[in-house]
Amino acid sequence: MDIMILAGGLSHERDVSVRSGRRVLEELKAAGHRVSMHDVDQNLIPSLRDLGDGVVWPLLHGASGEDGSLQALLELVGVPFVGTGSKEARVAWTKPVAKAVIARAGVTTPDFVTLPQSLFREVGAEHVLDAVAARFDFPLVVKPARGGSALGVSLVDSRDQLSRAMVHCFAYGDMALIEHAVVGTEVAVSVVGTGDSARVLSGVEIACEGPYDYDARYNPGRVEYFSPARLDSAAAAAVEQAALTVHRTLGLRDLSRIDLIVDADGVPQVLDVNIAPGMTETSLFPQAAEAAGGSLAEMYRDIATAAIERAGS
Amino acid sequence: MSNPDHGGTRLDPWLQSYAARAHNMRASEIRALFSVANRPEVVSLAGGMPYIGGLPLEDIADMMHRLIIERGEVALQYGSGQGDEGLREHITEVMALEGINAHPDDVVVTTGSQQALDLVTTIFIDPGDVVVAEAPSYVGALGVFRAHEADVVHVPMDADGLIPELLESTLTSLATEGRKVKFLYTVPHFHNPGGVTLSRERRPQILEICQRHGVLVLEDNPYGLLGFDTEPLPAMRSMSEDGVIYLGSFSKTFAPGYRVGWAVAPHAVREKLVLASEAAILCPSNASQLAISTYLEHADWQGQIKKFREQYRDRRDAIIEALEEHIPQAQWNVPQGGFYVWVKLPEGIDSKSMLPRAVTARVAYVPGTAFYFDGQGSDHLRLSYCYPTPEKITEGVRRLATVVDAEMETVRIFGAGSGAAASTVDFPSPDLA
Repeated sequence: MDIMILAGGLSHERDVSVRSGRRVLEELKAAGHRVSMHDVDQNLIPSLRDLGDGVVWPLLHGASGEDGSLQALLELVGVPFVGTGSKEARVAWTKPVAKAVIARAGVTTPDFVTLPQSLFREVGAEHVLDAVAARFDFPLVVKPARGGSALGVSLVDSRDQLSRAMVHCFAYGDMALIEHAVVGTEVAVSVVGTGDSARVLSGVEIACEGPYDYDARYNPGRVEYFSPARLDSAAAAAVEQAALTVHRTLGLRDLSRIDLIVDADGVPQVLDVNIAPGMTETSLFPQAAEAAGGSLAEMYRDIATAAIERAGS
Repeated sequence: MSNPDHGGTRLDPWLQSYAARAHNMRASEIRALFSVANRPEVVSLAGGMPYIGGLPLEDIADMMHRLIIERGEVALQYGSGQGDEGLREHITEVMALEGINAHPDDVVVTTGSQQALDLVTTIFIDPGDVVVAEAPSYVGALGVFRAHEADVVHVPMDADGLIPELLESTLTSLATEGRKVKFLYTVPHFHNPGGVTLSRERRPQILEICQRHGVLVLEDNPYGLLGFDTEPLPAMRSMSEDGVIYLGSFSKTFAPGYRVGWAVAPHAVREKLVLASEAAILCPSNASQLAISTYLEHADWQGQIKKFREQYRDRRDAIIEALEEHIPQAQWNVPQGGFYVWVKLPEGIDSKSMLPRAVTARVAYVPGTAFYFDGQGSDHLRLSYCYPTPEKITEGVRRLATVVDAEMETVRIFGAGSGAAASTVDFPSPDLA
């Protein structure tokens, strides 16, 4: 099978993307597939045209890789590709929209508000932040409304920390999502497949010393992972059902990772949706795949094969 | 990989085995952002990469070819721990340009002067010892000092370099506190990142103060021959043979790809440096050393340095003009040589906090915090003008201006002092060198 991995790009998550791409490439190459890795640059479209019967696996994280732009290009050129289509990607990428869709499907997600930087300028930052503090109980999470890898994310314990968190967030994008920080057991659930045939892999529990930030995600040590998650059977089933519902409701394809937190009442609350989950040596999707048994290479091959079959049907 | 206490995994089976000093060696957001800087769409004013395109590459290719044909069996073999004798002779000729009168036996060849920094730190620093350094100071040196668990105390500079009175008062207070100061680390010529040069008058004053306090001087001088309109000032080593360890490099005057630098040290120190180097790497690369020797023998290397000076002066002019036109609200020095402009941002702007916005705008710089041991420097950034063309430099500064404007807007909205929290030094990468 010919597989072209797309990795790199120009987003803030380029480094993570390149590392993800290399890991997937190594697994598939070792399994005997013909795999190449390309950046998204001026040579992309000619390379896509030379791909023949192969399949593209976009592993770009962040804007242009996950916001539906790249997927739209691949659809335009007409090459089969792994993962969610452009329209669904656009919805999943925009966190406030995805949260609204998820909530309508009956899945709980933390209470939130989305605020653009321009609003703070027009109305006055202190007034807006006072309103946020009056409306929400602390702690809060402030994060870019679009983005990943915990870039621009802050955990805020009190009103006086809000300004700094907003500045940090707006350095990554002009729209901030402020949500209630739920205390509980954090679980990442990887989903493979599409529609009714989608299935969850074992949830991976993240027990982190301090915030699960960039440092914790990409430097082994501060996080202890448990797979399966240490949940009672009812909570575990609720988590799996929530992840599947999100994957299906948002129309995600082939693979995704749904990040949730199980609150004190055992209710899973969805924090984030990833249509191109990280595949680095410390990432959660490969951990879940390994915990599910079988080899990573086989799982990656099956994912690529599904994309080819979909294109042929 | 399981943790027997909990049944989970931390993804690194050797976590409990690392030395304490390794726990600070961590991938960071800042390093991740620099991965974008290598894309051609991005104007990188971050890394101190010399303009290799200015070298006569075909001539160098011929020289390297001849080297392997004629001396391949030596070039590809192990060599001496102290370094090739022929190259050490050449190095003494290079140093003579800055008034240093050294014997080839005084020279230890290293894998870039970065390894020399590591060797000096290895043989002098116990955990908790103090290194005194300029404020700001070269990020690569700070990384070495941190790795060896030194404490760094910064001393301010002005337009004439390190301020003698403040060095004196710092050393006095450290002595009063009973702190053990092992050496002063200084980049006296065309400072990285400060861009300033220690004046001729101050050089003997600094040496005298250090001598009186029993403090060795570590003189790091990669840029000394890269002055635009002036001849090099005498190196501090030329004024004191016993009180100075001098570090030199071919990375900026020729090519960093060979990774060849050197140290010149008092006799006893030199012996320890050789032993430490042999313990670390056995010997520096013979192929690289002979390549440099061949270049120095057969190429007009002084003419090449003159060309580099002219090219870098044009780029310095481009960046200063662009700063004047696009970011007049900032402040900067006008370097007379070297690679860097040290820019003070308008009040309230935090250079580290602003970096993601700059990457989005396709321009990269190094935040000022990288050049301090204690998280200072957020109000500064370093711009390198050595690598991009003058046109690219102008475009990069224009993009940076839009970023600064946007950040000022954010500061106006949320108030000064709301930027990123102070951070400790990042471990250096070639992007920051």
